[in-house]
Amino acid sequence: METIQSIKPLIAVLVSICVIPLLVLSKKANVREGWTFAAAGVKLLLVLSMLPVILNGNQIVYTLAEVVPGVAIRFRVDALGLLFACVAASLWIVTSAYSIGYMRGLKEHSQTRYYIFFALALSATIGVAFSANLLTLYLFYEMLSLATYPLVTHHQDKEARTSGRKYLTYILGTSIGLVLPAMLVCYYLTGTLEFSNQGFLAGACNRGLAAVLLVFFIFGFAKAGVMPFHGWLPAAMVAPTPVSALLHAVAVVKVGVFSIVRIITGVFGTELLSEFNLGVMICTIASVTIIVASLIALSQDNLKRMLAFSTIGQLSYIILGVGLLSPKGITGGMLHIAMHAFGKITLFFCAGAIFVATGKRNISEMVGIGRRMPWTMGAFFVGSLSIIGLPPTGGFLSKWYLVLGTLEANQMTFLFVLLSSSLLNAAYFMPVVYRAFFPPPEKAMFGNKIQEAPLFCVGPPVITAFISVALFFYPEPFFRLASMAVRFIGGN
Amino acid sequence: MIDHYPVLIVILPLLFAFVVSGAAWIRESLCFPLTVIGMGLSAFFSVRLLGQVATTGLVEYRLGGWETPWGIGYHVDYLNGLVVTVVTVLAFINLIATRKNVEQETPEKAGAFYSLYLLFIVGLTGILLTGDLFNLYVLLEVASLTSYALIGMGSGRAPMASLNYLFMGTMGGCFYLLGVGYLYIMTGSLNMVDVATLLPQLFNSSAIVMAFIFCMVGVGIKMAFFPLHMWLPNAYGFAPTASASLIAPLMTKVMVYVLIRLILTVFSVDFAFVVLKMGDPMVWLSSLAIVAGAVFALAQKNLKRMFCYIVVSEIGYMMGGVWLGNNAGMTGAILHILNDAIMTLCLFLCAGTIFYRTGGLDLDRLKGLFQKMPVTMACFVTVALSVIGVPPTCGFFSKWYLISGGLQAGQYGFVAALLFSSLVNVILFFRVIEISYYGDFEDHHGHGSSPEAVMEAPASMLVPLLIVSVGLIVVGLYTGGIVNHLINPILMKQGF
Amino acid sequence: MSDLMVAIVGKYNYWLCIILMMIGLYAMIAKKNLIKKLVGMNIFQTSIILFYVSIGCKEGATIPILEHRADHSVLVDAAHYINPLPHVLMLTAIVVSVSTFGVALALVLKVYRKHKTLEEDEILMQLRSE
Repeated sequence: METIQSIKPLIAVLVSICVIPLLVLSKKANVREGWTFAAAGVKLLLVLSMLPVILNGNQIVYTLAEVVPGVAIRFRVDALGLLFACVAASLWIVTSAYSIGYMRGLKEHSQTRYYIFFALALSATIGVAFSANLLTLYLFYEMLSLATYPLVTHHQDKEARTSGRKYLTYILGTSIGLVLPAMLVCYYLTGTLEFSNQGFLAGACNRGLAAVLLVFFIFGFAKAGVMPFHGWLPAAMVAPTPVSALLHAVAVVKVGVFSIVRIITGVFGTELLSEFNLGVMICTIASVTIIVASLIALSQDNLKRMLAFSTIGQLSYIILGVGLLSPKGITGGMLHIAMHAFGKITLFFCAGAIFVATGKRNISEMVGIGRRMPWTMGAFFVGSLSIIGLPPTGGFLSKWYLVLGTLEANQMTFLFVLLSSSLLNAAYFMPVVYRAFFPPPEKAMFGNKIQEAPLFCVGPPVITAFISVALFFYPEPFFRLASMAVRFIGGN
Repeated sequence: MIDHYPVLIVILPLLFAFVVSGAAWIRESLCFPLTVIGMGLSAFFSVRLLGQVATTGLVEYRLGGWETPWGIGYHVDYLNGLVVTVVTVLAFINLIATRKNVEQETPEKAGAFYSLYLLFIVGLTGILLTGDLFNLYVLLEVASLTSYALIGMGSGRAPMASLNYLFMGTMGGCFYLLGVGYLYIMTGSLNMVDVATLLPQLFNSSAIVMAFIFCMVGVGIKMAFFPLHMWLPNAYGFAPTASASLIAPLMTKVMVYVLIRLILTVFSVDFAFVVLKMGDPMVWLSSLAIVAGAVFALAQKNLKRMFCYIVVSEIGYMMGGVWLGNNAGMTGAILHILNDAIMTLCLFLCAGTIFYRTGGLDLDRLKGLFQKMPVTMACFVTVALSVIGVPPTCGFFSKWYLISGGLQAGQYGFVAALLFSSLVNVILFFRVIEISYYGDFEDHHGHGSSPEAVMEAPASMLVPLLIVSVGLIVVGLYTGGIVNHLINPILMKQGF
Repeated sequence: MSDLMVAIVGKYNYWLCIILMMIGLYAMIAKKNLIKKLVGMNIFQTSIILFYVSIGCKEGATIPILEHRADHSVLVDAAHYINPLPHVLMLTAIVVSVSTFGVALALVLKVYRKHKTLEEDEILMQLRSE
């Protein structure tokens, strides 16, 4: 395995920051959107260009500055990071298209500010994906928290203010109160923070300390939505839907989960964790979140809130998969990062499209909408199939590997958790779809007045739904990246 | 010329102060340019001096050619080279940034203000460069007197606040003088290095212990270490803007330097930590200072007073770092002198800019400020991140060293206080950011805010503010270099 | 008992210093009149000045001005003269004390012009009612 020095990771991160002055200075909206697309396109190309190198088994490294003895701000592109970066970068383009439709359809204010902070948030996401050590990860994690605050509180009304407060309290409070001390203890124990294949804490601490640190990290990365620090996610649904879609289905939450995966594989290492039998603890924490979140989702009427709780549950699938500490489980978890992203973003796009076309937010008001907005609800159907984990969608693949992982690790309880939560997912998704397409005649709403949402709002969800199906048949490159990452974790 | 840098840094502002004072009689508009020249030269020479120290390791200068220990010697090593550069450069930036504030608040006294400004810098640079204990007292009083005058120049409650500061500050100076007196009685010398060689055999004498305690208390009063901080919120809170942003970042940090110098060079590390065993109680007291500062700051309704209590908290950081007694802690403390000076300057410059445009600093008057003054508020957000401790700003890295030092020394109370302070700072700053971000709710119903006119501050205030904010990030990224080249050599020599 | 007497009487200069310092401190803290506070501060500073000066004394020594003998030679014997260095240092300290006093008086004048009173409690009442 070769390590190649290249400045590409840094450029990939900086592309969207550099485009910010251009966004500020553009006089016309189309120019501004054009720059956003250009930046998104360049970012995706850069990320994809690194794919062949990584698939050959090599890594790309770039060091920016050594700020503390033994720790530098450093980028390292490996299989896991590239998987996440591909997901984020490709979905940014789709979301930018969607944003145009949504923001213009609703005549939103402060659109320039919106695009600026979106670009900044994506920079931070790619930064997290390419971080080589805990310090760099922490840096970009915080940058993401701060960059997303203006996006969450975009509407600047009373509700936005309270939600924004909750958002920051949960996310900054946990990262400063839990992650920072844990990170410093790790540095104190070992003198380094670099992620390594066997985990850099190997041999440096005993079981009790490892358990405490692990708990600090899992709950400290509150962006992963592990209960009880999940409260910010439903609150953040006051944001405009593109924000909820990309950030809270893909970027922000996946950053949280990704960080936890990095902690488990790069800081602690699968060997240390199985030696101390901490894998079960991780899986238990994750299972609680999965079940409780699915139950709460059942009771929600607001569509976006239901999707939020569904997301909370799905994120813990990933943690569960990695916590199983078995190769298939970890592969399933990593694959789910990609599959869930495409599926969930479809669902959020549809929710937004419905809002733009009809102004409705609640499920109870969406009876019979399938007749009027067939494309949107069709995409919604495909997306929900992916989340439930049914073929022929990509979500089935990742669930399959998760199930195999539980069998491989001999953890029947968690198999049960997975299967029952799939049932719960079906329980809250299918009624929505059913009632949208097959309403009882007397309850049908929406006369012929309502038609499909604008093209820019319908196109993206259809595209991502299509991709979800395509991923079932052809899960490259995500599958190869995940398998490669798992191989490296094993130490081969 | 190059040989005389140490004394030039101190003497030039002094000479220029007299010239400015005279120029005020002739033509008022000459004062500012003259001050800029004097300050600029001093800053320039400080940077050169730092370069000199970096190459040769130590610069010694004898005033008047008299050999130490009979004469007064200026003794410049990495520690004071670094701090004197920081002090003069920041004072220079502040001079340019607060010009409009001076015009607005004390227009008819500009001449007096600028000569006092230069005299204050004379005092501070003298304290930093000198190697003689009594010379330090003299320059300490020069700096203090000018600061009393600078603060007392304001209107409203300023004279009363300055008078209280005068009383407490004079007590502090006198205690320090008493401590020096004890040292003189026991060793017969006033030169720092000389005293250090004579002290070890006297460690068990109670006079030396008393000397140490008196010096500590005296310096503690001047640096506003809780519970001796009572003068600070009023003095800095009511001072005219330009005075506050000059004195607040610099005075207390220079006093921390004096403390470090006394511990490292004069009394030696052995005495402070091994003989007196003061490490633990002092760290507890520092933790208390941090928590108290944070809690008091929460209760404030005025932006500038909130900043004053943040300063009290930061002093707790530095004192705790010093008294942890390990490399990481001392590194953190010295790094924090640098970082906190920049952060405090940025905070007070933001306050000054906002005050210039809006005339008031009460928290509820800050509504909608993001629309009106976007650049200022962007800088405010940057410095807020630095005080909270978010990478890559410099504040994060000094916190890193302080927490590492705390973990190494087993002082978990200190670590907890630092984390508590970070969380409280999040609340403090986001409260302000929230108020300025949201404006009034009655105007808009969630979609679209009435475009407020952008009333940004003039360029002469914004450009220095931007430079300082960017500096926060640059210094943060260069932490590695600073620690390795400038701070470690100091600590290695002292056996840390 | 005799140890105690020696401790008190033998070191009377230190005791005087301490007493003066305490008087000064008391005045600074307890008195309400600003001028009295200032006087207290000055007493405090003076006590330290006296402390320094007193430590330069030696038994049987004379003031530090070179003594010329009849045969125009000069007696330079350190034990013969009291230590001049503390005196010199205290000249500086006296100057500092006087300038502090001056600055303080200027501030008091400013306060008086605004509040028309020199009593601290009255000033505080006026400030609170603003």
